[in-house]
Amino acid sequence: MTLDELKPGNKCRIKKLSARDKLGQRLLDMGVYPGTQLKVVRNAPLEDPMEVSLDGFFVSLRHDEARFVEVELR
Amino acid sequence: MTQERILVALAGQPNCGKSTVFNALTGAGQHVANYPGVTVEKMIGSYRRDGTRVEVVDLPGTYSLTSFSPEERVSRDFLLHDSPSVVVNVADASNLKRHLYLTFQLLEMDVKLVVDLNMMDVAERRGIDINTRELGRLIGAPVVPTTMKSGRGKDDLLNEIDRVSSAAIAKTAHIDYGPMEPYLREIRDRLSVAWEGPYAYPLRWLAVKLMEGDADAQERVRQGYSDPKACLDFVEQTRSAFESEHKETPERHIAYHRYQAADTVSRACIRARQTVDPPLSDKVDRLVCNRFLGPAILVGVIYLLYYLSIVQGYNITNYTWPILAKLRGLTEAITPSPGFIEIPLIRSFALWFVDSINALLNYIPIFFVLFGLIAILEDSGYMPRMAFLLDRLFSRFGLHGQSTLPMVLGGIYVGGCAVPGVMACKGIPDERSRLATILIIPMLNCMAKVPLYVLMINIYFAANKGMAMFFISTVGLLMVLPVAKILTMTVLKKKPTAPFIMEMPPYHIPTIRGVLGRAVERVWLFIRKIITIVAAVAVVIFVLLQFPGLSDDRMAYYDAEKDKAINAFYREIEGAPFTQELQGDNLLALVLYWDTYKTAKMTAGGKEAIDKVNAEFEKKNATFFSIVNPGKDKTARNANRAFKKLVKERNGFLREMRKERIDASFLGRLGKALEPVTQWAGFNWRVNVALLSAFAAKESSVATLGALYDQGETGDQSLEKRMAEGETGFTPLHALGLMLFMVLYPPCIATTIMVKIQSGSVKWMLFSMIYPMVLGLVVAVMVFSGGSALGLTGLQAMVVFYGLALAATIAAGLMKNREELS
Repeated sequence: MTLDELKPGNKCRIKKLSARDKLGQRLLDMGVYPGTQLKVVRNAPLEDPMEVSLDGFFVSLRHDEARFVEVELR
Repeated sequence: MTQERILVALAGQPNCGKSTVFNALTGAGQHVANYPGVTVEKMIGSYRRDGTRVEVVDLPGTYSLTSFSPEERVSRDFLLHDSPSVVVNVADASNLKRHLYLTFQLLEMDVKLVVDLNMMDVAERRGIDINTRELGRLIGAPVVPTTMKSGRGKDDLLNEIDRVSSAAIAKTAHIDYGPMEPYLREIRDRLSVAWEGPYAYPLRWLAVKLMEGDADAQERVRQGYSDPKACLDFVEQTRSAFESEHKETPERHIAYHRYQAADTVSRACIRARQTVDPPLSDKVDRLVCNRFLGPAILVGVIYLLYYLSIVQGYNITNYTWPILAKLRGLTEAITPSPGFIEIPLIRSFALWFVDSINALLNYIPIFFVLFGLIAILEDSGYMPRMAFLLDRLFSRFGLHGQSTLPMVLGGIYVGGCAVPGVMACKGIPDERSRLATILIIPMLNCMAKVPLYVLMINIYFAANKGMAMFFISTVGLLMVLPVAKILTMTVLKKKPTAPFIMEMPPYHIPTIRGVLGRAVERVWLFIRKIITIVAAVAVVIFVLLQFPGLSDDRMAYYDAEKDKAINAFYREIEGAPFTQELQGDNLLALVLYWDTYKTAKMTAGGKEAIDKVNAEFEKKNATFFSIVNPGKDKTARNANRAFKKLVKERNGFLREMRKERIDASFLGRLGKALEPVTQWAGFNWRVNVALLSAFAAKESSVATLGALYDQGETGDQSLEKRMAEGETGFTPLHALGLMLFMVLYPPCIATTIMVKIQSGSVKWMLFSMIYPMVLGLVVAVMVFSGGSALGLTGLQAMVVFYGLALAATIAAGLMKNREELS
């Protein structure tokens, strides 16, 4: 499944990144890479974007962008 | 240290306290410049140490050093081309692993690195214990633990910079890319043939970048080799060979290995990590980003921003305005005094000039407060939350979550200012959204547009004031959103976008120094860049309004009228004892005396002050005083009456001459020339002139209308009355067209300059001036001609237009703008 399908409170492990170029690089820069543990913290009041925590810091991203992160629930 | 001057670069990820380090190192000696060709700011500062001047450049905070963003590109180019003696890598001790990701990229560039492990206090609070000696050994670069916020470790850092700057380059740790190493070696061998480019690059770094598919590195190769194509083809083959063999793109493989190295190193030197409660920021975010409370807090913050800067900042101008008024008074005093009906050109020019500059200088207190508050929002970490809360809404219109603040500053309801609004667009990472935001901000309701609305509503919508004000305050937003959508779908379509993904950094308490420093710096930018150009434009508009001036015939006519009036006055006072003292130039002296006496009396408060003014003027000239303040003496009262009549006639002449001058001026002619087109929008040439003069500053529109609707004899009437009487053909429908045109009116000069600074291009600046003019005219024609054809009243047209704007907004919002992201 992909990251955008997760609900607040869900925890997962990143399996694969399918984004390339700018988006892929940006995800990598933010520490989104295979093996990382990740938790969905909350959605914005209008559902989008979502906020996740990984490695002790917080990142927000649009659901459209989270589609490119393959995860497995933990 | 032996060198006279050394160059130090500060590099680090966002939110590592880099600017605190920069401030601590350089103190007050800072200035801002731009990197060539981009709108990225370059912060430069310096300090002296043992006779050596150390220049410090604060590179933009970046997570990485790719060529995807302008910030990363300029950082990288600076490190490679300006060859700093030392690079200080500021890293957040409480988040070591993540910050090492950048450290490894810096090490790969073979620079002399000092790692400043900052925010040690946060790390200690969270129970993170770092063995800095071990860390230094593992990465092969000195590590200095600091808490720069309180100055802890500053001396150690200064010493380390000294030491490293004069030492030879150390053998630093390079990441082992595992199975990619043979591929990298091949590229590297290929690269080590004759290099002809202007700069020498570390070959391993270049090899890694080429393997990543970095566009900028490819460009370097194109410039540096005599046969770049063969080289780049080879790189491409190597990349695909790696990808097919290892089932992974090279760029991802590289990034994973960097993280793995960062992970290994941080595990090895972080000794104990207690599990602690979630950070305080997370608890705060449970409220700030809450579904219900979040938007409420956002509205509160926006209101506070508006209240403190626009409302309270405006109150400060009550104290600063007298200073500016003194400046004007001084100008009046030193320029040649006016004649009976001829005002010396130099005087009217000097006053016009001072008035134009004063109008802008008057905003400085507001800007100071505003920029201070923005700095607080930026430093506290609230800005990303703002973007988080509203991104969904704005992204539907092609804007960005970070468009929120610029739009609030521009005047999302009424009373903003486009200059700080456009300035605040700098932070929007997505170029398409940033340009769209820059282009729509001037259409929001800035403070200077409000006087015209109030004037129009008071005359033509007097019965529905509240409703009309609500209409004009909110219709701006309803036009801006669909326009933003259309712009992003058309002219901005090709502009690159950027992913939204952003860090939600921990909250920080802003420092007074940081906030004040930024406020001063931005106000200074405003003065330096904008006031100078407004001054130049003021000169141009002055010429356009004054020349060619009155013809000799008309001048002779006014001269004759003047003589008539003066002779009538002398006849009235014939036989009075002071007749002799009012001959020739003395009469003019009396007129000026009268003017200053009236002003002095008006500004004096209370009976005592008035008595004092009276005594003062009596002392200055007793005869004049007996005329301006006749008391019970019959002759004096008679003279006073006659004199008042004369003064009134003089004022009438001056007004009529000014009006005639504008009529005949270049701007007046332009206004008339435009009438055939603008009549469809319901604008006559007078309105055209007012609108043209508003280009310098929108406040001018009402002032110019005031001058054009002067009615001579009825000078005491308010502009509302004069305009209503002067334009009997004007209907509420005309007024509606005019107000809507004003909403969409092109940005003022000050904003235009800011658009150029923030978009970095003259082309977009010109576009920002032309498209609102066309759009405004189309809307005004639609409202006026359409409304007339349908026989709508002003109020009906208002309701219909509001409905249309609302429908356009909803339609634009529902339209999908999903694109392939990857």
